[in-house]
Amino acid sequence: MTVISGQDVDRKLAINRLRERRPLDAAAVDRFLARSEIPIVEGEKCTFLFRGAADAVHLVHRTVGLPERLAMALLDGSDLWYVVVELPEGSRFEYQIELRRGDDYDRFNDPLNTKVAHSPMGSSSVCYARGYEVPEWSRHDPAARPGILIELAAPSRALRRDVPVTIYVPARFRSTARYPLLVVHDGPEYLQYAAAKTVLDNLIHRLDVAETIVAFVPPGDRLVEYANSAAHARFLTTELVPQLESTLPLIGTPPARALMGASFGAVASLSTAYRHRDFYGSLLLQSGSFVFTDIGFDHGGGPAFEPVVRFINRFRAAPRRVADRIFMSCGIYEPLIVPNRSMAHTFEAAGMEVRYVEARDGHSWENWRDRLREGLSWIYPGPQKFFYE
Amino acid sequence: MKVILLGPQRTPTLGMVVQSLDLAGPIATVTAGWQEREPADDELNELLGGRGVNLGLYQRWLDVQTRDPAYAAAVRTQREMLDEVQELYLLRLDYAMRAAYAVRRRIASDLRNDAVTEAMEAIRDLDARHLARLGDLHGEFYRAWPPHERPVIDEHRSAVASLLRDAAAVVVTGGHVGVLVRVLHMFNVAASLGALVIAWSAGAMALTDRIVLFHDRAPQGPGHAEVYGSGLSVLRGVVPLPHARHRLMLDNAARMSLFARRFAPARCVVLEAGARVDIESDGSCPAGTPVLGADGRVVSVAAA
Repeated sequence: MTVISGQDVDRKLAINRLRERRPLDAAAVDRFLARSEIPIVEGEKCTFLFRGAADAVHLVHRTVGLPERLAMALLDGSDLWYVVVELPEGSRFEYQIELRRGDDYDRFNDPLNTKVAHSPMGSSSVCYARGYEVPEWSRHDPAARPGILIELAAPSRALRRDVPVTIYVPARFRSTARYPLLVVHDGPEYLQYAAAKTVLDNLIHRLDVAETIVAFVPPGDRLVEYANSAAHARFLTTELVPQLESTLPLIGTPPARALMGASFGAVASLSTAYRHRDFYGSLLLQSGSFVFTDIGFDHGGGPAFEPVVRFINRFRAAPRRVADRIFMSCGIYEPLIVPNRSMAHTFEAAGMEVRYVEARDGHSWENWRDRLREGLSWIYPGPQKFFYE
Repeated sequence: MKVILLGPQRTPTLGMVVQSLDLAGPIATVTAGWQEREPADDELNELLGGRGVNLGLYQRWLDVQTRDPAYAAAVRTQREMLDEVQELYLLRLDYAMRAAYAVRRRIASDLRNDAVTEAMEAIRDLDARHLARLGDLHGEFYRAWPPHERPVIDEHRSAVASLLRDAAAVVVTGGHVGVLVRVLHMFNVAASLGALVIAWSAGAMALTDRIVLFHDRAPQGPGHAEVYGSGLSVLRGVVPLPHARHRLMLDNAARMSLFARRFAPARCVVLEAGARVDIESDGSCPAGTPVLGADGRVVSVAAA
């Protein structure tokens, strides 16, 4: 990924054609913006724009490999700022605009771009590079019969609280059938930011994923419970899953139990399976925060990562099989790409069947949403192979 | 018995085929592969000139589940065991297939060629053992739970046999091949089949002695073709490939060659839309039948 600005910009780009226009007045800029979809994607070159008075404008983002703040250049004689960033095909790029006026700094979403990605931390603008498309299976499909969501409170002695759990029950549910179980960390976020219910409805309807009962579980104190907590693992394994298996028609064997999570949620999934071997058959780990050190303890993750690093270091020192199968995904524009690449080999070496995929994306819920089809269909394949119409 | 295999019926050819046969009497239909949609057979019946009599095998299976819950529970438990056996077979198959591909990628030599042959034999042996194991498990289940001794099943078997006795032909549609095979066996359809069976897609697969599942375009990536068990065995030595172009990487000659050689001497019959293959009681395919050749390309069966 490279950044190009000012005179180096390819002369064929729309921004460069605008630069050559005379007179370059406000009306010309108005017309340019009105007919352009911002950011302007031309091949692998994406032109980001901001219009307004400022002392400096930056494009800010968290994509690994690029400077965190990309200076935008002012188009001579106008109030239009721009920067051209080369984004490889298929990339999804989240960003914001940072404005400086005197000593005042302000960050906000790109007012010229309507595409916004949401997360628990807020929202950011998003650029779809050439070749990236929001998967159609993540959008509502009126033909897909919807499953239902049931709220329940799971009492937990391990966590000393009642845990509100949302249960997804697939359409065409039959009490005489038996279903596999998927337990999802950060459950409310997966539902809200990764369209998990829509995705399940669609993938089950299309026979890509087996009819599955899914427990969406929220964390309490996330950085504690998801950072290799014995209490959390005990809650899932000795309280929640047995409760679900006694009240719902679940298959109730290791191959039909899976844990899923993203970021710290992936650590929680791994550590739960690590603490309760032979109980879970599969793990679906997205952008796992598998931070480790090979020497010393300078991991750069801050205090919240310390229990994680201790756990991952211990695991790497003596890798062991914690499940039959692990699906891993990670964005190549996120800092966790290196530890994830490394852990994929560690898991394989421990005798687990691993499917590892990467995407040109960052540490974001939409990245995790986009990988759900590959992940879920691998963990619990649908019955498509049986259907010949 | 004559079997007519058709291509997928999204654009139906069934009506034309039936008209050409000049059949007298009702035509029994099996739409159990459609599961809950089994009764939605109006269009099918229309193609049969209103002579279709649906055997209702899926509804009968639901009735067994309601009225004989002990048997239904036993079937469910057996299904879970069979699923596990299938999973373990797939795990072994994956390594065996990867070994075959890896050996084949080596620079050609006599020794390499011998290794390719041996790798192929290992896969064929694995398939054969799996098929035999499934047969044993079905046999054990049959002995533990004789279906003819279950009054509800016996009642349905009699009703099905009666309907088949009067039928000029049997039509078996597509759908879920696993469900289809289960109910065909459960209600002993093979014992009462008459002179003519017309089938397509899952229906065609369910007639064979070795059901081969295949799906190269699954969202989780191309899978290996897998042996799933025995169908009614009225078709022997044939592996039907419905929707072959859609479901298989037919352009990948190396992959398709391995497919064809793995199941040889059975013929892998390509059944695309509009296809019709008449197979006589000796199991031979007529000249012109599109099949996978040993080189992985689709070729036509030559005239005898």
